[in-house]
Amino acid sequence: MRPFDYARATSVCDALELAAARPGAVFVAGGTDLVPLWKDAVCAPPAVIDISRLPLGAVEVGDREIAIGALARMADVADHPGIGAAAPAIAEALRASASGQLRNAATIGGNLVQRTRCSYFRTAGFSCNKRAPGSGCGALGGDDRRHAIFGASEHCAATHASDLAVALVALDATVDLVGRGGAGDAGGDRAVAVGELFVTPGDRPDRETVLRPGELIRALRVPRTALARRSCYLKVRDRASFDFAVVSVAAALHIEAGVVRDARLAAGGVGTVPWRLRGSEQALAGARPGEPAFAEAAARATDGARPLGHNGFKLELLRRCVRRVLDELAGAA
Amino acid sequence: MTRFSDRIEIAMSVNGEARRVGVSACATLLDVVRDQLGLTGAKRACDRGACGACTVLVDGRRIYACLALAAAQDGKRVVTIEGLAPGGELHPIQRAFVAHDALQCGYCTPGQILSAVGLLGEGRATDEATVREQMSGNLCRCGAYPQIVAAIREAAGV
Repeated sequence: MRPFDYARATSVCDALELAAARPGAVFVAGGTDLVPLWKDAVCAPPAVIDISRLPLGAVEVGDREIAIGALARMADVADHPGIGAAAPAIAEALRASASGQLRNAATIGGNLVQRTRCSYFRTAGFSCNKRAPGSGCGALGGDDRRHAIFGASEHCAATHASDLAVALVALDATVDLVGRGGAGDAGGDRAVAVGELFVTPGDRPDRETVLRPGELIRALRVPRTALARRSCYLKVRDRASFDFAVVSVAAALHIEAGVVRDARLAAGGVGTVPWRLRGSEQALAGARPGEPAFAEAAARATDGARPLGHNGFKLELLRRCVRRVLDELAGAA
Repeated sequence: MTRFSDRIEIAMSVNGEARRVGVSACATLLDVVRDQLGLTGAKRACDRGACGACTVLVDGRRIYACLALAAAQDGKRVVTIEGLAPGGELHPIQRAFVAHDALQCGYCTPGQILSAVGLLGEGRATDEATVREQMSGNLCRCGAYPQIVAAIREAAGV
């Protein structure tokens, strides 16, 4: 473990300046992913910038959109009654994540940029193109049971770990980013769809997001729609609790006059990034809930899937998860 | 002059007592509580936020001390197992743990108890299944789970 220095940011501007002043410094809020990565010598930043006291923790449920500050704690967002009503998939994804102790400390922003659970990545001695570009990938041809059936490359098949990210992709959420940009405060703000925040490994598995160096997530915004209101999150794991997804699905349906007017589905545990199930969505658009559309949507969930040596079971499991969430949402009031 | 430093002085309330300590930038709250303050009730078991043996309360909320940077705890109110029974009067959770024999080797027990206290404070100890689910962040290798759940249910009155 390489020692790191510490600075505490007093404002967003201050955080950005501290990041610019110390190349390689990383932001830390709850520290629930950074600290274990550091202890295992997967990450070795020269310094950390503590942003945990910045006033970015508010949750606001407005008429048109929900705004969630990047520093809101997972537990607080999960419990927020407005979120439970307007976007249940988000509350369900958060409640299904981690443990009570982690949800009290971990932040929304940190949850989105958490690193993969791939054990080759997280163990310093193993070949890992993400951790050490060019060193190879121990998972491909090795223990790939927890790895991706979508979005993998010949260099990396590590799955994205966040439940929340899957729900946000299904609900068309965006993240507000702030960076130094040009001179002064005015420059450097941009909004990115969560579906575009994460990048597949390709030949640069060390690049996971479109975040620029020193750029901070300020908040995320979720449109308040009929889709979001009728949403849910299903997580299948090896253990009953406190475990990452083997396969998960976030689904949102807008049903009106007995017809699916719009549908969104995204899957976790199966992609190198949260994976939109566009084939399933196409099967549902304009259809009546139930057979045959739900069966077709389930079948289409695995369009384009490429199983590896030990994760082929995820194909059928994903199809069944899609069927389960659709039945649940169609039955909901 | 650099704002970054490798050591920082923090002021915390620990079990009701004001403490000022100089800590390394890389120290966790667990390191400080055990190695600098001599409060060894919180255990360094997995040291990775997976087992719960290091659970303490910070500003009333249960967290893993092994993941909390000490430097970030300035101004916070910390409660460890040593602070749960002021004047020797056991907390209801502690009494229930004794009554239900909710431990064998006792190593996970401080973390279990603080986690249960935190859970009660969250208002989530509503029924057996929920208590079980909400305590999933604390492992017990001896397998005292049924007794732990029974103790929490008794203390919570469910």
